[in-house]
Formats: sequence, C-alpha cells, structure tokens
Amino acid sequence: MSAPSSAPASGLAQIGKSVFIKGELSGSEDLYLDGQVEGSIALKGNSLTVGPNGQVKASVEAKGVVVQGKLEGNVQASDRVELRKSAVVTGDISTQRISIEEGAYLKGKVDIHRTDIK
Amino acid sequence: MSSVSQTFMKFFRGSSGPETIPAQGSQKLTRRSSGLGELARSWETAEGLCVLDLGSTSPTNIRHFTERGHRIYSEDLLTASTDPELPTTDEQGNAVLDSRKFLADNLVYPAAHFDVVLCWNLPDYLDESLVKPVVGRLWSVLKPGGMLLAFFHTRDAGPDSPCHRFHIVGPDTLEMQKIELRREARRGPTGAVHTAITDGFQLQRVFNNRHIETLFRDFASIKFFLARDNIREVLVVR
Repeated sequence: MSAPSSAPASGLAQIGKSVFIKGELSGSEDLYLDGQVEGSIALKGNSLTVGPNGQVKASVEAKGVVVQGKLEGNVQASDRVELRKSAVVTGDISTQRISIEEGAYLKGKVDIHRTDIK
Repeated sequence: MSSVSQTFMKFFRGSSGPETIPAQGSQKLTRRSSGLGELARSWETAEGLCVLDLGSTSPTNIRHFTERGHRIYSEDLLTASTDPELPTTDEQGNAVLDSRKFLADNLVYPAAHFDVVLCWNLPDYLDESLVKPVVGRLWSVLKPGGMLLAFFHTRDAGPDSPCHRFHIVGPDTLEMQKIELRREARRGPTGAVHTAITDGFQLQRVFNNRHIETLFRDFASIKFFLARDNIREVLVVR
C-alpha cells in the first residue's frame, strides 16, 4: 500500500480550517482534515490526514494516519502512522508501522502490532 | 524496601564517556554509556517490556524499542514543567511549581506498570519543587525489579552545562543532541498566557552521591557509573 499523502489531493474529501465538527465522523474514503473535530473518527479502510491547522480531540480508527497538526486521543491504524515534524500528539498509538519526524511531539504509548505472514 | 545503607553500590571509573565523533548535524555527539549498556541487556533478552522514555520525543528511541517488540511510552516531562498553570507559591511565599497539579496531568499510569524508565538528565534540569514528587511517582509506576537510568552532572561540569536529548544508537552508545531553545509560557497578571522562546533548560543544581542516594532511598539498589565527561550515570532498581 502506498503511504497516505500529507497534502490534500484533488478529489480527496476535505474539512477546511474554519469547520468545527462535534460527534462521530465516519466514512469510506480518504479524508484531509484541517479543521477541528471533537468526538470520534472512523475511516476503517481509508486514511486520515490531519493538516497543519487541524485540531482533533477524538479517538481515531483508520488504515493510515498522517498528523501535521494537533491530535488528542488514541489512534488505531491498521497499516501505518506518520507524525510529521509539526505534529503534537497526546494519546496512545497502535499500528503496524510508524514513522516520526524529528521535532514531532508525542505523549503516549506506541504499540506496534505485527501481522504474521502465513 | 531497602534502606540506602543496604544498597548495592559500585563505582566504575573510565568506562563511559563522550567520543569526539560528530554525529550527523553539528549539535550531536555520541557517547558511550555503561549504564545504558547494562540496562540494554534486559531489553535484548526479554520480550514485551514496557518502557517509559521521559526525554524529548525521540523517533530513534521509539524505533529502537518497537523493533524489538517492546512497548514504549514517551512523555517529555521537562517540556510539561513549563505549563503556565503550574507556578504557585508555597506556605513561605516562595515561588514553586504545583507538584500536585503536575502529577495530576503527567506520569498518570497504573502502579507497577513499567519494566524500564529512561530518566536521562531530567532530575538535574527539573524545577526543585518537582524532583522528589516525580521520583516518588516513578517508584510507584515501576515494577518491583524494574530499572531506572538517570544521569547527573558533577560539579566540574559547570553551571552552564547544556541540556541534551538522548537517542539510543547502539547497545551502549547514545547520541546527544543539545536542546538549544524552548518555548516558555507564563500567565501574566491579567490571566493571559504569554509565550516566549528562551534558551534551553538550565542546570538547576548539582547532586552529590549522598543527595542521589537520598533521592532514591525507597529503591532497592543503586549503582553508580562515573564517566569522563563529568556525568554520573545511575542505574536504580526498584
């Protein structure tokens, strides 16, 4: 699988920086989030990108998660998590693969679960 | 719990120290660490350890432990101690940080949760009012038999010793990266939070051996490693 992009691609579902959502957010396509969300985000087979202006206070369940902004809540990614240098994450991360850029801030646990190849 | 007099103490001279090999980037140095070397034997042989890293978020350390199948928790306590909500005064009117609030927001884990705590140079740079409460909390979150690694400057290091981040790059090798700047937030008289970029963290004090023994008196054993770079490495077992 290719890594989720950090820039909003055309055709990608986007939540702009002036948007505030409170509640459950779920979907079946990749999402670029540069606004504020409080609650929960479930994109089980897809990827979430939290843009540089994004402020998320939510539990996140997705295939891939890229964070450039702020995220407070537990992250469960079935594939991979990327914390970019401007990321500020408070919460536990459970994923198969993780990359963290120098300068990213993380307060929480990193748990790597590996899928055995049979 | 054993008293300090019952602790098992050893001194090793010249077994650790910096090497003048510049790492990538001008601000990084590598140093050998005997304390890390001894501690590393636990995570090279055991499985599924629970490790707490109290330094700045280090991608290198996170990779080091997750590649070995361990769980790592990252919590930057020095940065957390700059929370503008913390400054208060004690009964004598001295300016202190509110240790109760600090421990309500940080180091919140079940008792006996961790096998290893990487304290690095935290006690030397942490505000005086937080040091003992933090060490007390670390005792409670460590498993019996769990180990804690901490570094202390000797007096010869001087008052301007820079604060470093530590990255594990080998079984007994650390990469040290100087923390040049920090963001400081303080609440002004009107209640507004003012932020400023200031120089890196300042050395708060120099502990001597007796101070260190007293600080960790509730732990079962303490072991000192003297390095050539005016750093005392301390490996403590709960």
